[in-house]
Amino acid sequence: MYFEKIADIVRHHLALDESIKITPESSLKEMKIDSLDVVEIIMKIEDAFEIEIPDEKLHEFHNLGDVANYIKSVKES
Amino acid sequence: MQKRVAVTGLGCVTAFGTGKKILFDNLRAGKSAVSLISSFDTSDFKTKIAAEIKNFDASLYFPKNETRKMDRFTQFAAVAAKDALLDSKIDLEKLDKSRFGVVLGVGFGGISTILEQHKILLERGPRRVSPFGVPMCIPNMAAGNLSILFGAKGVCETVSTACASASHAIAAAARLIQRGNADIIICGGSEAPINPLVLAAFSSMQALSKRNAEPEKASRPFDKERDGFVLGEGSGIVILESFEHALKRNAKIYAEIAGAGSSADAYHITSPDPDAKGAESAMRLALLDAGTNVSEVDLVVAHGTGTLANDPIETKAIKAVFGEKAYKTPVVSIKSMLGHTLGAAAALEAVAAVSVMAEGVIPPTINLETPDPECDLDYVPNLARKAEVKCVMTDSFGFGGQNSVLIFKAVN
Repeated sequence: MYFEKIADIVRHHLALDESIKITPESSLKEMKIDSLDVVEIIMKIEDAFEIEIPDEKLHEFHNLGDVANYIKSVKES
Repeated sequence: MQKRVAVTGLGCVTAFGTGKKILFDNLRAGKSAVSLISSFDTSDFKTKIAAEIKNFDASLYFPKNETRKMDRFTQFAAVAAKDALLDSKIDLEKLDKSRFGVVLGVGFGGISTILEQHKILLERGPRRVSPFGVPMCIPNMAAGNLSILFGAKGVCETVSTACASASHAIAAAARLIQRGNADIIICGGSEAPINPLVLAAFSSMQALSKRNAEPEKASRPFDKERDGFVLGEGSGIVILESFEHALKRNAKIYAEIAGAGSSADAYHITSPDPDAKGAESAMRLALLDAGTNVSEVDLVVAHGTGTLANDPIETKAIKAVFGEKAYKTPVVSIKSMLGHTLGAAAALEAVAAVSVMAEGVIPPTINLETPDPECDLDYVPNLARKAEVKCVMTDSFGFGGQNSVLIFKAVN
């Protein structure tokens, strides 16, 4: 459920149509998303899950699955 | 030998819609674009009217993921530039991009973005301020975005002289082409100033009309009952091109920029010099630069804001320069219809000036009902007039006492 919600945020933010698949292996870098967009997407994720992701954590995420796992670990700990 | 500068494309976004045809049709018909402001609540404001662009949607022209990163003033410029390039029939694929540039005039820039992000800062804290806050609000981003959208890799500059910005921008672009620094320049101006802060600040200066009960009658340049200007918004774009380049590709040449004159009042931050010396000097310099004199000028497209101060002082300057011919030369203010679009105004006036020459019709100054003894020229009151126009002077005067005058000539 964490991943699905993240994928929705990314899809909505970038106005991507349904033909573009977003999977846990998708990385924002590979999707060629503007670094400034990434900042806004992270803000939206933080708002949606009511958490704060420390800046240094951001560099540890390789794909959206990593983001989902991190949020799961914070919310369920 | 200086190169001649051709106008080969016209584009605009105004409260009448997008494109030069809808603009000129409405100007010719003497329609007012002024209405009650709908984009925010004006209950507490003395002025509740503007020439607002309703239902503007830049995503009809560019991908939404791009337009949402642009402030409204940049969106206007992007749509107007696309319109102008289409009109010029330039094949972007075939251009030497290093000789293709952008020079725009902008008075304010992204004030709405600043207001939105400042609200977020106060209400939600610094961590929620958008990373697009800076690239959306800085005034050079209309020009920056145009260079990116159309691949223009030559000169890319922004000129800011308040209400004269677009005129100075056109003059700067023309000089670059004259000197051979570029072949084609997208130039003009853009502004989106209709927000609570700008409305309140101009209101505090007593600069705005308060004729809220009759919005269409509010902008009345040169009329005795005028009570200030009416805010407008939009963008005007002219494609400037060296004659050489335009002729080589068989482009339609609408007109040429024959001359430009620039001066400062060195008098006051907002009030024009009552002796009109700064305005007079810019007009004389423009005529000199164009190698012409007042006998050739068929029309003056006035700055004509409808403020108490501007109109008689502009009239005085025209009389000083034109002498007896002042009374025989039509002087028109399209701000009577479009309101005052500040940094975009001179660009829309350039589009209008060139359209007048092409159409053979001078649009009227509307709402001119009660003559002001201090404004006694032929302002083409209320009704358009057929006329052969081959040479137009356009006046622009900005806060800070910064004046710019352009001379456009028809090309045989």
